[in-house]
Amino acid sequence: METLPMTRTATSHATPARYRNHFLKEVETHVEDGEWVKMCMQCGVCAGSCPLGPKWEHTPQKIFMMIRAGKREEVLKSDAMWMCTSCYNCMARCPRKLPITHIMHGIARHAHNLGFTPKAQPTRHFSVLFWKNCIKNGRLNELKLTIGLYFRDGLFAGIKQGWDMRNVALGLVLAKRLNPFELFGGHGCKDHKGIAAMLKKAREIEGQRKGVVH
Amino acid sequence: MTKKEYSFYPGCSSQNRTSAVNYMVSVNSMCKSLEIQLSPIPDWNCCSASISYAGGQELERLALNARNLTLSEKHMPGKDIVATCAGCWLNAREAKEKLDHNPQLLAETNEALKEAGLVYKGTAPVRHMVEVLIEDFGYDELKKPVVKSLAGIKFAGYVGCQTNRPFGIAGESFENPLYLDKLIETVGGEAIADYEKKVACCGGSLAFPEPEKSQKLIREIVESAYDHGADAIVTPCPLCQANVEVYQSEINRKHGTKLNMPVLYYSQVMSVAYGGTVKQAGLDGHVIKPKKLLEIAAKK
Repeated sequence: METLPMTRTATSHATPARYRNHFLKEVETHVEDGEWVKMCMQCGVCAGSCPLGPKWEHTPQKIFMMIRAGKREEVLKSDAMWMCTSCYNCMARCPRKLPITHIMHGIARHAHNLGFTPKAQPTRHFSVLFWKNCIKNGRLNELKLTIGLYFRDGLFAGIKQGWDMRNVALGLVLAKRLNPFELFGGHGCKDHKGIAAMLKKAREIEGQRKGVVH
Repeated sequence: MTKKEYSFYPGCSSQNRTSAVNYMVSVNSMCKSLEIQLSPIPDWNCCSASISYAGGQELERLALNARNLTLSEKHMPGKDIVATCAGCWLNAREAKEKLDHNPQLLAETNEALKEAGLVYKGTAPVRHMVEVLIEDFGYDELKKPVVKSLAGIKFAGYVGCQTNRPFGIAGESFENPLYLDKLIETVGGEAIADYEKKVACCGGSLAFPEPEKSQKLIREIVESAYDHGADAIVTPCPLCQANVEVYQSEINRKHGTKLNMPVLYYSQVMSVAYGGTVKQAGLDGHVIKPKKLLEIAAKK
C-alpha cells in the first residue's frame, strides 16, 4: 500500500533566493498543498502521464516552474488546472511524490476565488454546480446536476443539449438509474442544518487562516 | 448467521433510482452469498467527489468527509468503514490521512464538526469493498459459493483510476494491478490479461463539462475491449461504469461507430456466478444489455 505524499512533510531544504518571489509564497499559503510546489524537479513525468495532456495550455510541470518564476497572471489565467480529470496518474508517478492532483485543484480554486477564471469555463461551472448541489440536502441530486449543466448557456442551448442527449437520458430512466421526480425533492440528509452550520464554521476558520474574507 | 459486519458508506450513486443503483443491488446479492452484513452509516452525506474543489474550500470538503467517519465511529464503534464507490472511498480515505497526520487540520475540522455535535477520533480504517473481498476473505473463499459456470465469457477488466490511484489495493502495482482479473477468474470468467486500457482514465467528472475530450478516452477504452474479443468490460467504479456505458450511443451518433459493449460491475459477475437472478445481479439496470451474462443468470 502506498503512503500518500501528503502525509509526509515537505522538507525544508533552503530554496534559492531567486525563486522565493512573492507568487511562490502566495501559492504556499493560499493553495492546497502549495508548499510542495518548490519540490518539483521538472522531470516532466506528470506532463506525459496526463490523459488530457495534449489539451492543456500548460502541463503541471510548466505550471510549477511558472509559479517559481513569478508568472502570476499567466498561471491564474491558464486553463490547465481545469483539465484535471482527477485520475491521479501524475501523483502516483511523481518521483518527488508531489500531490500534483491536489495542487492543481488548489490552483484552480485560488484562480476561481480571485476571479481570474472566466465564468463560462465549463469545469469551473460544473465544479461550483456540483458543490452547491451536494451541500443543499447533503446528498447529490443527479437530475438537477444534469439539468444545471445543460442549461449553462441559457434556455435555448439547454433545450438543444437536452434534445441531443435524449436517448442517453431515456436509457437511464428506463434502466431505473435516473429519476425524473428528483426535480421535486430527492434524496437528502436528516441533519442538513447541522451540515450547514458545520460548513459555515469551516469556511470561517479557513478564511481566518488564509486572511481572506468570504 | 452473519460472518462479518462492516460500517457501510453507500454513497449518492447507490441510492434508489440513481446512476449506480444496480451496483448496490448486485453488492447486496454478492454479500448475501458471502454472509457479509453492511450496516449503513446513519445519515451519511455526500463526499463532494473530486470535482467540487472550486465550489467548496479544502476545510469544508474535509469536514464533510470527517462527518461520515465520525458518525461511523459514534454509531458503530470498532467497525471498519467500507465503501463501494471509488470516489467515496478515495475522499473518505484522503480525509482520514489528512486528519490523522496533520494536527492543525484535525483541530480545525473538529471545531467545525462541533457545530454538528460531533468529534472525530480517527479509530476506524476506511476500506474499499474489493479490499474486504481480497483481504478478509481471499480468492479461495470467494470461489466457494460459485454455483454457475461463466466459462467462455471474456471480460476486459477495467480497473480505472480512483480504485487504483493514489492508494490502490495492497500488493498491487499502479500500472498493472491484477486483482480484478483474479476476481473474474476466481468466479469462472475468462479475463483478458493484456487489456491495455486497464488503468486508463474515462474522463471522470470531466465527462460532463468536457464531453468531447472524455468521449475520445471512452472510445479508446471500448475499442480496445473489442480488439481483444471481449464480451463485456468489468469495473469496480460507478463513474467508470456510467461513463463507459452510457456515452457509447453518443459516440456512435457523432462518429458513425457501432459501439455496443456491455459494462458491468465485478459484483454483478460474482452475483451471477453465485446463482443470483437477473434482478438480484442488477442486470436489468443496463442501457447496453449484457447478453451472455443475462442468458446465464436467466438459466435455472
